[in-house]
Amino acid sequence: MDYFAQQLINGLVLGSIYGLIAIGYTMVYGIVGMINFAHGDIFMIGGFIALISFLVLVSLGLTAIPLILLIVLLVSMAITALYGWTIERIAYRPLRHSFRLAPMLSAIGMSFVLTNFSQVSQGARVKPVPPIITGGYTLHEGSQGFAVQLSNIQIMVVLATIVVLALFTWLVSRTRLGRDMRACEQDQTMAALLGVDVDRTISMTFVIGAALAAVAGMMYLLYYGLVDFFMGFVAGIKAFTAAVLGGIGSLPGAMLGGLAIGLIETFWSAYFSVEYKDVAAFSILIVVLIFMPTGLLGRPEVEKV
Amino acid sequence: MSATSARPSPAAQPSGSAFILKKALISALVALVLFSLMIGIRTEAGPQGGLIYWTRFGDLAALVGTVFGGSIIVELLRQWWGPVDKDSIVPKPVQSAFSFAGRWLAPALLVFTFLVPVIFYNQRYILDLSILVLTYVMLGWGLNVVVGLAGLLDLGYVAFYAVGAYSYALLATNFGLSFWVCLPLAGILAAFWGVLLGFPVLRLRGDYLAIVTLAFGEIIRLVIINWQSLTGGPNGVSGIPRPTMFGIPLTPGDDGLAAKLGIEFSPTHRLVFLFYLILAMALLTNWVTIRLRRLPIGRAWEALREDEVACRALGINTTTTKLTAFATGAMFGGFAGAFFATRQGFISPESFTFQESALVLAIVVLGGMGSQLGVALAALCMIGGFELFRGLDQYRMLVFGMAMVLLMIWRPRGLVGHRAPTVFLERNQAISSDLVKEGHG
Repeated sequence: MDYFAQQLINGLVLGSIYGLIAIGYTMVYGIVGMINFAHGDIFMIGGFIALISFLVLVSLGLTAIPLILLIVLLVSMAITALYGWTIERIAYRPLRHSFRLAPMLSAIGMSFVLTNFSQVSQGARVKPVPPIITGGYTLHEGSQGFAVQLSNIQIMVVLATIVVLALFTWLVSRTRLGRDMRACEQDQTMAALLGVDVDRTISMTFVIGAALAAVAGMMYLLYYGLVDFFMGFVAGIKAFTAAVLGGIGSLPGAMLGGLAIGLIETFWSAYFSVEYKDVAAFSILIVVLIFMPTGLLGRPEVEKV
Repeated sequence: MSATSARPSPAAQPSGSAFILKKALISALVALVLFSLMIGIRTEAGPQGGLIYWTRFGDLAALVGTVFGGSIIVELLRQWWGPVDKDSIVPKPVQSAFSFAGRWLAPALLVFTFLVPVIFYNQRYILDLSILVLTYVMLGWGLNVVVGLAGLLDLGYVAFYAVGAYSYALLATNFGLSFWVCLPLAGILAAFWGVLLGFPVLRLRGDYLAIVTLAFGEIIRLVIINWQSLTGGPNGVSGIPRPTMFGIPLTPGDDGLAAKLGIEFSPTHRLVFLFYLILAMALLTNWVTIRLRRLPIGRAWEALREDEVACRALGINTTTTKLTAFATGAMFGGFAGAFFATRQGFISPESFTFQESALVLAIVVLGGMGSQLGVALAALCMIGGFELFRGLDQYRMLVFGMAMVLLMIWRPRGLVGHRAPTVFLERNQAISSDLVKEGHG
């Protein structure tokens, strides 16, 4: 039971990270109708920028950890958001009214560019960071000497996810930009006729998605203590699986799907085999799409003739 | 600038040097922010395990300067080129020259390909490269059945390539079966896996299909890596037997081909043999595809590509149509995989990554989705271009990714850009391109 509780905590933390990435996929899919293949690599870039800015701040002599973390978060969100904006501008906007395959291939190309850009510019080796947030609580002392641990970093990841999600929900449901985004999702032509700047709204969608991915990247860096140039690919596919599982286009669904994928992956590693955890995640994607193509919270797709 | 230009520029696009400078400055600023941390600062794990970093502001300045200059050049080119979507009128002689070239290009290329081992007999590197190009031509033609003809987007094609390669490698090393026995077996096994993948994805369309096939390709690769007792895991399978010419080995021994023919042995013989082998296999793929296109099943594939709903309304069984497309494409992938295994003599999961799938898909799309000649030309360009950048080793994939993005923006419908159905009405009706998405009515 203790083992189960521990895995539940680990799975929820991992799921929060996946959920943050999945929101970027689901938002872009909802509005533009394309799979943004480069989104996983945006997450990786976010992790790298967090790492580098952290290193610079520490060597500049800053010692207050909360202040450093706040600055790192803001810097990495800002720069990663600019990456999202630039990519949309260069690779997707010229292809918006092209045939369906073109933006997808362009996105795959962009994903290669980002992966290899960070490999060339930062080297291929894994970058470790010493644990920045240490300590934690022992929730329950088990009989066989197994204790359920809840570390501070785990609390921080979950708290940060909740705060970011609250901000994001407010943005989508209460602000002018959020209203424009929802309008564009339903009908771009009509939204444009009613005075919504569609180009700007789509740009902002990519910017927000990238900023959320940057938060995920920083959390990943703090939680696992390493980044490498290839981590975006697998994390990206899993986050996409999460978005599909939750029902693509649905924002709460993305978060729910992220938690589900995180839990499934953790429990699979804990009770079956670590080697096949990715196979489990991908198999779930296939199974979900066969039996529940609209996901948990998605709307059924109406077949237009 | 717009005042002197003979071509009236659209009112929405301002021009002039101030505008160009402003645009270039903004680009340079964006580049500065983007690259400031990623290029300006280099991190590395230090000797004690901690992280160290050093600055590279020179590189950063050079890169930002390049973006500034490049953006000015691009903007000038764009103004000189004029609006992109204007109708260009090609003069009559040029048109007829193009159609003449189009008619004779394929036979000329074929004759040239047949002569390659004769012309380049002494240049081992070129022979090796042409075998590689032909392998990708065959893969492209195989995937073309799925993507180009049936319109099913497959991002996991490399899985079938892997199944073919491992089928041959394991059958040959464990049971001593010869290449010519294993080749059909590899094709059948790959086709079987194609059907297996086909069943779950029957109801999916477009992007969902793409992501499921991608997941399938990754599952196959992960299983190969982890099932160490069967596949050798990351170490791969080595000592895969070389092909024989219908039982006669191409070795320097007494029973080798050279000894039987009474000529002096040379390692190039095997290379030439491999060249004609893959050429024959690729041409077989091409011939089968061309013939299938004229059969009801090929017509059904193309109908499925154009409109799935109409297809069902006309009573075409979409289940069998999709499954045969997957199986046919997978079979050719399996053949190519078996050839790959016998050529390399060693295979490992590293050869079957997602990058390979993306490369083959890029070849098919650049080839114009459905055009056999286009796929061959695209394979030549992509693999040849890839080899040109071999010296730039670590920048190779970077350049490949950029080329993919730029080519998509420049020619979204491929280099040889049309996908005409085999049968169509005599009087063509104009249909706008956004009405003919894959699988959508």
